[in-house]
Amino acid sequence: MARALITMPATAKRGEIVEIRTLIAHPMETGYRAGDDGQLLPRNILRRFSCRYDGELVFSAELFPAVAANPYLTFCTIATVSGTLEFTWEGDRGFAQTERVALTVAA
Amino acid sequence: MTVSRRTLLGAVTGAAVGTLVVVRPAHAADDLQAAIKAFTNGAPLQRGRVKLDIAPLVENGNTVPITVHVTSPMTPADHVLAITVLNEKNPQRDVITCRLGPRAGRADVSTRIRLANSQQLVAIAQMSDGSFWSDTADVIVTLAACVETP
Amino acid sequence: MKRPLALLAAAALCAAGLAAAAAEPPKRDDGRRSGFDFMTREVQAIQRDDAQNPAMLWVQEGAAAWDRTDGTANRSCASCHGAASEASSRMKGVATRYPAFDAAVQRPITLAQRINACRVDHQQATALAPESQELLALESFVAMQSRGMAIAPPRDPRLVPFRERGEKLYRQRIGQLDLSCAQCHDERAGARLAGATIPQAHPTGYPLYRLEWQGLGSLQRRLRGCIAGVRAEPFPYGAVELTELELYLMQRAAGMPIEAPAVRP
Repeated sequence: MARALITMPATAKRGEIVEIRTLIAHPMETGYRAGDDGQLLPRNILRRFSCRYDGELVFSAELFPAVAANPYLTFCTIATVSGTLEFTWEGDRGFAQTERVALTVAA
Repeated sequence: MTVSRRTLLGAVTGAAVGTLVVVRPAHAADDLQAAIKAFTNGAPLQRGRVKLDIAPLVENGNTVPITVHVTSPMTPADHVLAITVLNEKNPQRDVITCRLGPRAGRADVSTRIRLANSQQLVAIAQMSDGSFWSDTADVIVTLAACVETP
Repeated sequence: MKRPLALLAAAALCAAGLAAAAAEPPKRDDGRRSGFDFMTREVQAIQRDDAQNPAMLWVQEGAAAWDRTDGTANRSCASCHGAASEASSRMKGVATRYPAFDAAVQRPITLAQRINACRVDHQQATALAPESQELLALESFVAMQSRGMAIAPPRDPRLVPFRERGEKLYRQRIGQLDLSCAQCHDERAGARLAGATIPQAHPTGYPLYRLEWQGLGSLQRRLRGCIAGVRAEPFPYGAVELTELELYLMQRAAGMPIEAPAVRP
């Protein structure tokens, strides 16, 4: 389980645009770097990020080695109903992690 | 003659030091064009509506903040479908591709990227009406990423 | 008439000085600058924002480790020091006064060494390996509780000989490049070295996230990197020489605010 930090408001008004900021611990080893022995270190990156809001996919991203280590990704979504936002990261070596954050939406 | 000097001065003042000109080897530019074509599927690429925010002078290429903002009403009828960022001189052209939709509310994404060299970056937005819009940025990188030993 | 006033003024200044060491950093500009000031606006923005600062991932890990029981005594840090959620009050100021003299080993120890000593003595757990992720996480969690507070090296006479040796090492030319810390960080701070600006070397932000490391590291890691950089054999982690150097550097930075966990290029 990698450490993940999600910054977003706990409550919002319906129709309000909510900014979501995510940060997750991951080396994002590019596969282009050589180790001390001169051999290329194998690639180990997060390849996909998705955000589901009340079950519906509202944002996703394909990440490549050019994304810096400990990926930081921010995006927006419209507050529709109170519910759970699910943030999923998937990557090399079978990496898969989901974090859940509740959003309370007032009328 | 005056116009081209003004253009050159404009490009140069973008760089902090003022005398360095970004040199693009021919094959890198071709790769970038191929990557752009792959994303747009050959559709014409228009300048505008996209704002690629990145520092023109970067001290350390390992962690470079970048923001892409696309002007769009983000309604079900008219919205941004995807945003991609491509580079010119990293070992690989792709940086990140985001998929949005009307539920995004605003087409604003931020992340941090690696830059292996002073180079050009391109941000392309794919709209729901099938059009493609773009912005570019020239970045000077003092300390490169990707090629340093750990 | 003059003398009693002067004595009163001196007493007032002393009291103010002591209070200042405990609370706000001094306002007087003595030319000392944190490495923060030498960074680009963009990297400064990463440090300023806890939602973006990658070091916060280690702090979060540290908070979890703080509350976790370990060792045969089945205690957590929280068992003695209170829950992680209360750490800001209980651990406030701790990082400002390290390295500190440890009577058990009769020499100064760093904050990381103090954490390990606690694990061994009170949790009956094994010491965490130097520069290990878990030790860095705990260190960053504790150090952060002193963020904004002035560095306040203890006025302990037992530290004096160690600090003096640290200063001697700081001024000594070492390595194949035959350079001393002072030559770069006192004489040439602000100048450029291989594309980077030479900072004044005040350890205000450790442990910190270094872009070059793409990870969090301690002052000892940075010192070893610098020493290797002038082509000298770096002291091993935990060497007393590194603690002595840190002791001197913290005295040199006395009064400057702690920024831990910082971000540096």
